[in-house]
Amino acid sequence: MEVEQWQDFNLGTWQDEIDVRDFIQKNYTPYEGAATFLAMPTKRTEKLWNQVLDLYKKEKKAGGVLEISNDISSTISSHDAGYIDKSLEQIVGLQTDKPLKRAIMPNGGIRIVEKSCESYNSKVSDKIEDIFHNYRRTHNDGVFAVYTPEIRAARSSHLITGLPDGYGRGRIIGDYRRIALYGVDFLIEKKKEDLKSLELSSITEESIRCREEHYDQISALEELKIMANKYGFDISKPASNAKEAVQWTYFGYLGSIKEQNGAAMSLGRTSTFLDIYFERDLKHGLITEEDAQEIMDHFVMKLRMVRFLRTPEYNELFSGDPVWVTESIGGMGTDGRPLVTKNSFRILHTLETLGPAPEPNLTVLWSTRLPKGFKDYCSKLSITTSSIQYENDDLMRDYWGDDYGIACCVSAMRIGKQMQFFGARANLAKTLLYAINGGRDEKTGTQVTDKLVPVTSEYLDFDEVWEKFDKMCDWVARVYVNALNIIHYMHDKYAYEKLEMALHDKEVYRTMATGIAGLSIVADSFSAMKYAKVKVIRDETGLAVDYEIEGDYPKYGNDDDRVDKIAVDIIKMFIKKIKKQPTYRHSSPTMSILTITSNVVYGKKTGNTPDGRRDGTPFGPGANPIHGRDTHGALAVLNTIAKLPYKYAQDGISYTFAITPNTLGKDERSRVTTLTAMLDGYFSKFSHHINVNVFDRKLLEDAMEHPEKYPQLTIRVSGYAVNFTKLTREQQLDVINRTIHEKI
Amino acid sequence: MIGKIHSIETFGTVDGPGIRYIIFMQGCISKCKYCHNRDTWDQTCGIEKTTSELIKNIKNYKAYMDSSGGGVTVSGGEPLLQAEFITELFKKLKELGYNTCLDTSGCLPISDKIKELLKYTDTVLLDIKHIDNEKALKLTGLSNKNNLDFAKYLSKQNIPVWIRQVLVPGYTDDPNDLKKLKAFIDTLSNVQRVEILPYHDLGKSKWEKLGVDYELNDIRIPTDDDIQKAKDILNIN
Repeated sequence: MEVEQWQDFNLGTWQDEIDVRDFIQKNYTPYEGAATFLAMPTKRTEKLWNQVLDLYKKEKKAGGVLEISNDISSTISSHDAGYIDKSLEQIVGLQTDKPLKRAIMPNGGIRIVEKSCESYNSKVSDKIEDIFHNYRRTHNDGVFAVYTPEIRAARSSHLITGLPDGYGRGRIIGDYRRIALYGVDFLIEKKKEDLKSLELSSITEESIRCREEHYDQISALEELKIMANKYGFDISKPASNAKEAVQWTYFGYLGSIKEQNGAAMSLGRTSTFLDIYFERDLKHGLITEEDAQEIMDHFVMKLRMVRFLRTPEYNELFSGDPVWVTESIGGMGTDGRPLVTKNSFRILHTLETLGPAPEPNLTVLWSTRLPKGFKDYCSKLSITTSSIQYENDDLMRDYWGDDYGIACCVSAMRIGKQMQFFGARANLAKTLLYAINGGRDEKTGTQVTDKLVPVTSEYLDFDEVWEKFDKMCDWVARVYVNALNIIHYMHDKYAYEKLEMALHDKEVYRTMATGIAGLSIVADSFSAMKYAKVKVIRDETGLAVDYEIEGDYPKYGNDDDRVDKIAVDIIKMFIKKIKKQPTYRHSSPTMSILTITSNVVYGKKTGNTPDGRRDGTPFGPGANPIHGRDTHGALAVLNTIAKLPYKYAQDGISYTFAITPNTLGKDERSRVTTLTAMLDGYFSKFSHHINVNVFDRKLLEDAMEHPEKYPQLTIRVSGYAVNFTKLTREQQLDVINRTIHEKI
Repeated sequence: MIGKIHSIETFGTVDGPGIRYIIFMQGCISKCKYCHNRDTWDQTCGIEKTTSELIKNIKNYKAYMDSSGGGVTVSGGEPLLQAEFITELFKKLKELGYNTCLDTSGCLPISDKIKELLKYTDTVLLDIKHIDNEKALKLTGLSNKNNLDFAKYLSKQNIPVWIRQVLVPGYTDDPNDLKKLKAFIDTLSNVQRVEILPYHDLGKSKWEKLGVDYELNDIRIPTDDDIQKAKDILNIN
């Protein structure tokens, strides 16, 4: 096919069939230099950003939500065009007709929408109430119609938490680049071919579903054209320059977030793709470096303004309005060339041109072979902004190739070829307590699970408890996967992501992404049983409610194999049980060790544990040790984390790290060098992820007391970044109390 | 051999080049008033470790040392009190290709044992407690003779050294003393780096925990200005 918009591009297979990776590989220009070429923000950018900052202030003043579009059930094309300041915006498009005005998406669940509106002094319009109560079933209603009593019990006892049964599941990445490269008409044409290929001789339940999904996907693409038209753009044809390429890509993403209030709505891996357009325009003298940065700045500004309407309970779990607009940057190609381009720098540079921010969730795919200039620039920005997370490309490339992106925090997926059924997590610390109490809840005494034999001895015996824990995990894994099967069946039925899936291939690899919380607590508990003595304290009904530890024991997070091996055994044991369960759409089970900020809530709902942790105190986030138990310095913890096998936790292993600037080095240069070396060392040990925070505790304490002084203070929590002042007080304290590596 | 260890820090970033695995030895004979590791003085306690045990653990951190040009630093307490143990450790480490640093105040007379240790030491981080003997005695309870002799010996042997001066307002910040220190440093031929370590009171709680009086309660933390003045005299960039 010959297309004028593709002038100068090297050809491959990409122009005949959808293959963005092939296009990138044939056309991108690796950049191995330093950050010196970057431009300052333009006047226009500064002016526009100041308007956004004003809007943020108004939003905060209004109690967190500025306005709600409560009379329209949002679809791709439901709202009129909206602008911040049309005369300044180089990239346009808002979720509703006004900036920061939140849309409602009742397909996920009408009750959540009603509750959210009420919490912010608004009310869903009568028309919408009528539709979703009387005529149209939602995902949420579908799920609860068929939940079994044991699922309900596991859910309300907080054994399994955070399930996407009342809101959009998210963690699906549309390949938004396809819109820029091919234009929507070509995509529709290809989808129609796919639909034709589904005219099978025997029609089965599966092929009916596929045909309906393809039909929906095509209509979503048609609708996307209508949406772009409202902004005066015709996206039926490919983008012809860099600005259009960014705009087209953003329109794809925008369509998705108008249609879906997913838990995590990630962007993918766009910056190096877009660089090809920037390079072409720069070569032809059509734009300058200032122009290029301006386009990226305005793009990122839009990504920083994505808002979803959520309930206060949701915020308690995941505070600070996270959307997980995760953009994956860098990495290496399978041919050995770095996938770092000048545009990889530009998107990171927005942390300087616009200042730090939690979104987009900037995720650097680290390889020890990345160019030094890029590594050092990342380290420098981590030190000054604490806004970047790092994931091991050398590890993931073997699994997912060189065109995968991260959804949410740590979930890798091949772009446009793979999706996941998001499954939140099971509370393993509580599972251990249930094992000891034969399935009775340690706080209420209620029998929650099947009645199993409790531990009755005065002291906990490692082997006995391990056996009982193993049995309890059988129960949890079964009930957990059953719940997920129901959730995703209903989500596909009532809240299918038709646009995101329209930007996928016909054949999609699906994973069933389970997760665990409380790993370090369980590991430490078993270590205490093995290396010290753990005495059980029971109440009058025989319920174990507390534990006394006699002696000391090796603690998780100190590079001590005696306990770290227990943690590895727990991971292997649990994923094995998950894998035994049949899964919806034959999805492949995976597991994450990730809590996001819910480690605080998990702690609240879990009683005293045999490791000495007190009732109600927070878990370590993700794979972190419990606060203060890591006593051998930062690298000992990193070594512990690096032992956790990605093979058995392919949905990601999250570690959150904090260090004071002075501990990292005496001056800026040595800090950068040290952080780069630390990341190289850590990732060479096949570890998966790290959030890097560089700050002094005093700064956070001051920000807690004087939030107005720190409107853009950003920190990394487990798997995302957050505006520190938007965290709940409890979560702020949790962050402050967490181990901040410090040299005395 | 068995050594007495106070603690391990796996992510040392300022005590020698690159990322350092730092072993803090137990036991010290100086009685520095500003000591921020008061709990390392007692020579009778400490965790007992063999050099093989330590090396097995050190190997886990090789990746970080390789990526940063780092190595192992032995600090204290006063490491010279366990010179033989550290000699065995450093000898093995050198065979395995590790960089070694010794963080000491050189408060013991140069003996054959210490000479042997220095053969396997790549860099010495030498604390000059005080250039003035009277004041040194007051500050640390020890004369500075061994301290300065140690510096001279290192110079003669051409063993690379980082000279460090803790800056304690009212104790070590007299410009005349700092000038004298500068003159002394200028007589040495092996100095790679001169560093000012600003006094801080973060170690105070360790004194309180042990139930011993902390004498520097009224001493302030040096300001950036204090530090700059000292740096100017010592000609540090």
